Amino acid sequence: MEAVSSDFDLVLKAFWLTVQLLVLSGIASLVFGTVLGAMRVGPVAVLRKAASLYVSIIRNTPLLIVFVFVFIAAPKLDWFIGTPFVIKGVVALTVYTSAFVCEAVRSGVNSVPVGQAEAARSIGMTFGQSMQQVILPQSFRAVVPPLASVLIALAKNTSVAAAFGLMEATARMRSFTNDNADQRMEIFLAFALGYIIIVEVMSAGAITLERRWRTAR
Amino acid sequence: MRMKRSLAMLTGATVMLSLAACGDAGSDEESGGGPDVEVAENAADEFDDGTRMKELAESGDITIGVKYDQPGIGFKGATDDMPQGFDPEMGKILAADLGIAPEDINWKETISDNREPFLQSGEVDLVIASYSITDDRRKVVGQAGPYYVTGQQLLVRKDSDIETLDDVKGTEVCSVTGSTSLANIEEAGAKPRGFDTYSECVDQVLSGTVDAMTTDGAILLGYAAEHPDELKVVVEPFSEERYGIGYSKDHPEMCEWINGVLEESFENGSWEDAFQSTLGEAGVETPETPELDPCQ
Repeated sequence: MEAVSSDFDLVLKAFWLTVQLLVLSGIASLVFGTVLGAMRVGPVAVLRKAASLYVSIIRNTPLLIVFVFVFIAAPKLDWFIGTPFVIKGVVALTVYTSAFVCEAVRSGVNSVPVGQAEAARSIGMTFGQSMQQVILPQSFRAVVPPLASVLIALAKNTSVAAAFGLMEATARMRSFTNDNADQRMEIFLAFALGYIIIVEVMSAGAITLERRWRTAR
Repeated sequence: MRMKRSLAMLTGATVMLSLAACGDAGSDEESGGGPDVEVAENAADEFDDGTRMKELAESGDITIGVKYDQPGIGFKGATDDMPQGFDPEMGKILAADLGIAPEDINWKETISDNREPFLQSGEVDLVIASYSITDDRRKVVGQAGPYYVTGQQLLVRKDSDIETLDDVKGTEVCSVTGSTSLANIEEAGAKPRGFDTYSECVDQVLSGTVDAMTTDGAILLGYAAEHPDELKVVVEPFSEERYGIGYSKDHPEMCEWINGVLEESFENGSWEDAFQSTLGEAGVETPETPELDPCQ
């Protein structure tokens, strides 16, 4: 255990990067995924097709391949050369997670009865207005549990960045075990605990949201 | 139908992965090269009963863990049958002493993370995988040797401004995630960028996403030799890495045996042959034979 406690600032720094990756790509994929979700349920056929193509390509691609593309393949095409590594990590995670957010949002929208949309349109609201003011607020409620799962998966997916130049928790764990071959198990448990704390905080947040929005109904 | 579709998807993914694997293999050499080793006959009679060496010699079966991604040290391309490099050559010399021919050795890829667990669980009998001797590692496994001493240097692009170790402060330097080299360069003030393999790291240097790559000089010279117009090795070695041969603590008798075979290979020139046919090809000068640590 002394390996972890004597360099505890390094552990915190590594988890801080994990949290940064999680929060930045979480926000970005919520925004982008919601836009994609709106495109998939929207009235414009081209956008609908485009969004569903995006989802089927990205959802069928392993996250590791997305990372390889952003970090290894793209620089060969002169893309992302000067981009900071954190941003590249956020891009890779966002590209991947947005597809799942999109599907969660779509399932939420589909859970709102069609009559609601028809009523909104019949009083003269545009598609945008009826989405913003009638459908989405109701669907967010239905969407909290699946979105929480998607974001928790994202929290753990940040560990893929360990092999792509980002010194986040998993990468730091590997440098610790390399230096302290005799304390492998303790180091592993300490870092696993860090991930558990992050995920527990997230699920507690999701439960609170669920409760709050349920009483508002 | 549904079953079929997922099967087709799985096949597609496998094809993609294997294509990716082909992409970064970099060796067109014939497999199984290197100098010939003399395989001992009736080797089992040489060892005392109850020793691990006797068991191995009698079964004619040995598993050796080596690196697969370090040109010159231990490298296996996607289409190669056998790994090549200085480490596998040392493995052949050791196996030959047990009466096991090079083609009968089971090679297993070990990465930096799994060398101790593989030895402890008996998954491999020996680890010869650019395995630096450290006190921490000697607490959990045995390490005989060293059979080679090298030091950490930097690999940069030809047009780079990095000339001394001080120049790396604030720059981005890549190596393999979790390696000692990466920890050392972090201490020198660089931003560490860990990747899974050395070849990915070299790609980052070539494309300019990072400023330099760092690890043991021998490995870097191998890569510089592959890209002589684009890359160069700079900075005097700033650490000492003593490559040892890992064995399980359950068989402490192996240490004396390994040291004995190493000593013999230093004297009869097979160590030098192994070096010249591997790292020597990449332009590394054959060093003096290192001094072996006594067995504890």
